[in-house]
Amino acid sequence: MKESKLSVKIDGKSYQVEPGLAILDACRNVGIDIPTLCYLKGLSKEAACSICLVEVTGAKALMRSCVTPINNGMEIYTNTERVRNARRINLELLLAGHPKECLSCDRSETCELRKIAFDMGIREVRFPKTSKTEFPIDKTSVSIIRDPNKCILCGRCVSVCSSIQSVQAIDFSGRGKASKVTTFFDQGLASSVCVNCGQCLLVCPTGALTEQNETEEVWKALFDPDKFVVVEVAPAVRAAIGEEFAMPAGSLVTAKLAQALRKLGFSKVFDTQFSADLTIMEEGYELISRIKNKGVLPMITSCSPGWIKFAEHFFPGILPHISTCKSPQQMFGAIAKTYYAKKYNIDPRKIIVVSIMPCTAKKFEAKRPEMKDAFKYWQKDLNLKKEDEFYDVDYVLTTREAARMIREAGINFSNLNGEDFDEPLGISTGAAVIFGATGGVMEAAIRTVHEVLTGKELEKLEFNALRGLDGIKVCEVDIQGLKLKVAVANGLSNARKLLKDVGDNKSPYAFIEIMTCPGGCLGGGGQPFSADGEAKPKRMETIYQEDRNKPLRKSHQNPAVNALYKEFLDKPLGEKSHHLLHTHYSRRQEPL
Amino acid sequence: MYEKTVLIKDTDLRREDKTRQAYTQFLDHLRQNDQHSRIQVVRVADVGLYDKGLVIKVLPDRITYANVQDRDLERIANSLCENKEAIKDLVYKPKVKQEKLALRNCGKIDPENINEYIACGGYLGLKRAIFELGAEKVIEEVKTGAIRGRGGAGYPTWLKWNFACKVSSEQKFVICNADEGDPGAYMDRSILEGDPHSVLEGLIVAAFAVGASRAYFYVRAEYPLAVERIEKAIKAAYDYGLLGKNILGSSFCLDAEIRLGAGAFVCGEETALISSIEGRRGTPHPRPPYPSIKGLWGKPTVINNVETLANIPQLISKGGKWFAQIGTETSKGTKVFAVTGKVKNSGLVEIAMGATLREIVVDLCGGTLSGGPIKAIQTGGPSGGVIPQELLDTPVDYENLQKLGSIMGSGGMIVMDEDDCMVDIPKFYLGFCVDESCGKCAPCRIGGFQMLNYLKKITEGRGELNDLIHLKRISYAMQKASLCGLGQTASNPVLSTLKYFENEYIEHIVNKRCPAGKCNHLITYKVIEDKCKRCGLCSTNCPVNAISGDKEKGYSIIQEKCIKCGRCFEVCKFKAIYKK
Repeated sequence: MKESKLSVKIDGKSYQVEPGLAILDACRNVGIDIPTLCYLKGLSKEAACSICLVEVTGAKALMRSCVTPINNGMEIYTNTERVRNARRINLELLLAGHPKECLSCDRSETCELRKIAFDMGIREVRFPKTSKTEFPIDKTSVSIIRDPNKCILCGRCVSVCSSIQSVQAIDFSGRGKASKVTTFFDQGLASSVCVNCGQCLLVCPTGALTEQNETEEVWKALFDPDKFVVVEVAPAVRAAIGEEFAMPAGSLVTAKLAQALRKLGFSKVFDTQFSADLTIMEEGYELISRIKNKGVLPMITSCSPGWIKFAEHFFPGILPHISTCKSPQQMFGAIAKTYYAKKYNIDPRKIIVVSIMPCTAKKFEAKRPEMKDAFKYWQKDLNLKKEDEFYDVDYVLTTREAARMIREAGINFSNLNGEDFDEPLGISTGAAVIFGATGGVMEAAIRTVHEVLTGKELEKLEFNALRGLDGIKVCEVDIQGLKLKVAVANGLSNARKLLKDVGDNKSPYAFIEIMTCPGGCLGGGGQPFSADGEAKPKRMETIYQEDRNKPLRKSHQNPAVNALYKEFLDKPLGEKSHHLLHTHYSRRQEPL
Repeated sequence: MYEKTVLIKDTDLRREDKTRQAYTQFLDHLRQNDQHSRIQVVRVADVGLYDKGLVIKVLPDRITYANVQDRDLERIANSLCENKEAIKDLVYKPKVKQEKLALRNCGKIDPENINEYIACGGYLGLKRAIFELGAEKVIEEVKTGAIRGRGGAGYPTWLKWNFACKVSSEQKFVICNADEGDPGAYMDRSILEGDPHSVLEGLIVAAFAVGASRAYFYVRAEYPLAVERIEKAIKAAYDYGLLGKNILGSSFCLDAEIRLGAGAFVCGEETALISSIEGRRGTPHPRPPYPSIKGLWGKPTVINNVETLANIPQLISKGGKWFAQIGTETSKGTKVFAVTGKVKNSGLVEIAMGATLREIVVDLCGGTLSGGPIKAIQTGGPSGGVIPQELLDTPVDYENLQKLGSIMGSGGMIVMDEDDCMVDIPKFYLGFCVDESCGKCAPCRIGGFQMLNYLKKITEGRGELNDLIHLKRISYAMQKASLCGLGQTASNPVLSTLKYFENEYIEHIVNKRCPAGKCNHLITYKVIEDKCKRCGLCSTNCPVNAISGDKEKGYSIIQEKCIKCGRCFEVCKFKAIYKK
């Protein structure tokens, strides 16, 4: 039975609203905005910030609109003197405890606290600074910096880490004014179970959570005439970076981005999509091999580094299920510093690989100790010593950091005409584009696996069951009688649901794609802080549009990848691939 | 086996020898009449009366003689030997009489022996509830009795029960909230230590009324004896078929267990308490949903305070009508108060609702320790407020205290005299709340801290008149916007002192003077030369060598060095140290 609508009075006007809503949502639905610093629809109901107060006739205290359910006949006032006074005092109290470092804060433009304070006309904080003791800043992680001094204890990060990601790396500790969000025994993020996904950072209303900034190092490399600096750009970046330049969510800016990066001074502007196609070749053949040779199934994708660390912490038993393929970022670095260096006769020690990613976990991935395969490849030939050691990928920038560099260089991004990526590592197919959306890797893999196994062209390339923002998507693919059950999960709490069966050897699937972030890379922790709540579906649509625009839409059709195999790697899963494109995983110790 | 017991105590504290003397005298009389094997005489440490001279209590007749003179000793002894009635002209008639419901068995029975509790009418309430009334009528009876929560807010108990009873759920819970934490309050502790079965019976009745299958005692771990006694009570109740499956042969089943609180004050708040039992961080949660609808593990849960539950067995066995006779129109029954502070006889007092503050503090507890006037009384602990002496004749009930800007709270009552500073007192209470704030919501976490800083500023002589405006502004936000009762009421001590003693604040701010001589930064100690006998005691005792001079020249205090500890003032035998 459908419950009937409730009639309420908001600011003197009568409305019919859906039952089960909180006052705040009901008000927003009828066009009345109520400021809040802790509430996020569908995620956080901490009721901590005390800004969203409203007056409800009959109630003694002011009510938190974010958690107070609508009742029939309720009379709500959102803008009275009492409400305004209380909101302003609370905000002033929050500001009294907040460092006044807005000018040099990473979030100065996107800070919700600053915006609300501005909108509410707070021009003076009458209370003295709250805290004399400063909390140390946690810089242990290579991905994320935590500054508890800027934290307003809204609890969004704690919620997202536990409910969306089921990681629980952070929680509240201490009480009263000593309260803070921290890691297990205050050990710092690096030694916690944090998977570096950066979802916490996306929901943080202030600058308490930011990425480790690597732009300085990249500028230094760019200005160094001795270095050959190449850049790779992940698929999801082109569907989102426009938002950083006030373009609407979902603007496709691939060509502008390539041009802007060239203007920044990168020697070559390449595309992670090239190595995404390469990944599909390796991963596709690995799947085929596992199926044919009765290997460990289901096979699980390995391109999302947050997920890899998650598995190493929480599901060490299923590590053999994870594809040994490196992620496209790492494959790119290894190929750029071997094949490309060789082909164009460039000293690999002089090549600096910068990757632009929608992701904070990629910073961690690039610094994994085993990710130095190009160095190992050259070690003998060039007689390299320990101190010459270099990573396959040197620096990882988030979408936001890249946008900041473009702004700093005075490039008028939205007015650029657009240019192409450089060859050969800038050539890609439509299958690589869709890596940026949840389900994309699976879809790209099926396109290739199907044709490799059957030798026939696939008629319909779109697998709609694998598209969209649902947490878990499943599909059955018929490859000439071979029925492959596949599943796709995004958001680690959803992944957890599939993994239990895998661990118990009961999983019905042959192939599982797991993306750490909700929505896949397009919703990654390195993406712009979108003012548009509906940005994710728009970015997704853009990605699929780009796929449709590509003349080639299957990875095995990529001419550059085929040339790579012909000139260098020989064949998928070959000897060189094994050394350069594949990796291993190991159980991570529980902290303490 | 003795037929009678005589308790003897001289209630004037300085005359312990007098007790001994009277004891020997009394015993001699009995011996002479050869009654000493029938009547036992005991010297006791406390008879519950103070300043009433020699007190003699006869048990089990419960006759009390006070201010007994030597010549009367023989009369009393003789009346006992001859089994005569009490000597009317000597019997003590108190001005105000305590009425013990919650404390009815405390000190009378062995709390670790269930048989003694049963012998005093224990578990008759449960029997009546199960076999005569049934769940709905139990709630009806509690409604008639109109008992309100003794934990602080005074919410009608029957309403809580009724909500939980009406919700259909495969499991429900009842919880006894024994997380007593107000500074100076120990009512619940005394009940749990003195009569744990009364609380357990109340909890079982509550569970029966709402249909709960599991009961929890949430007790703070700092009450080890209480915990031990509840444990024993629960075990005994299981052994006697009062807990477990098919209680008293009925179809009602209930399991009970103890959960220890780790000492956070805020865990006395219902929703925080629930979080704590669930094993989560003890922070409050927004209401609604109220625990009676959605509480522990998301199931309907009734949470009652110790004293509330201790009243339930009698309310049920003697009936709601009987209970409703006691107390005032809106507040029924009795209330236990822990009277402490500058009071002559501190301790627990249980009295019918509607007694005045003066009756409690002056008549029952003997007024101030110094004999001087009472300045104010703080009721309701850190969430309560200060009530000035001119309002001492207010009858105590939930509504009246609220009107005065205080609350009933759990029953803490702290007496203050002229030496207590009305800026320092709220500073203490606010400091307590700031320490105990869970830190979840901004108004309480930051607001309390800011207010405390303003109070510190004022007591240190750095105050400005504007600070009073800030104090009121923050109080407003805390009251209106805090998530739980702790934050909503934490500013009450400040607001009530501002209401009744604003002059004292202004004196601190404008004249930089603490009228009570309490705020160190605002006091100066000086040697009065005329009175000084140059004994040097002050100089010897000064911990920071701030008193210079010698027996020839005399002594003076070096103000820059003085830490205002007051040691010199205390040790001077000639009142030659001046404090202002």
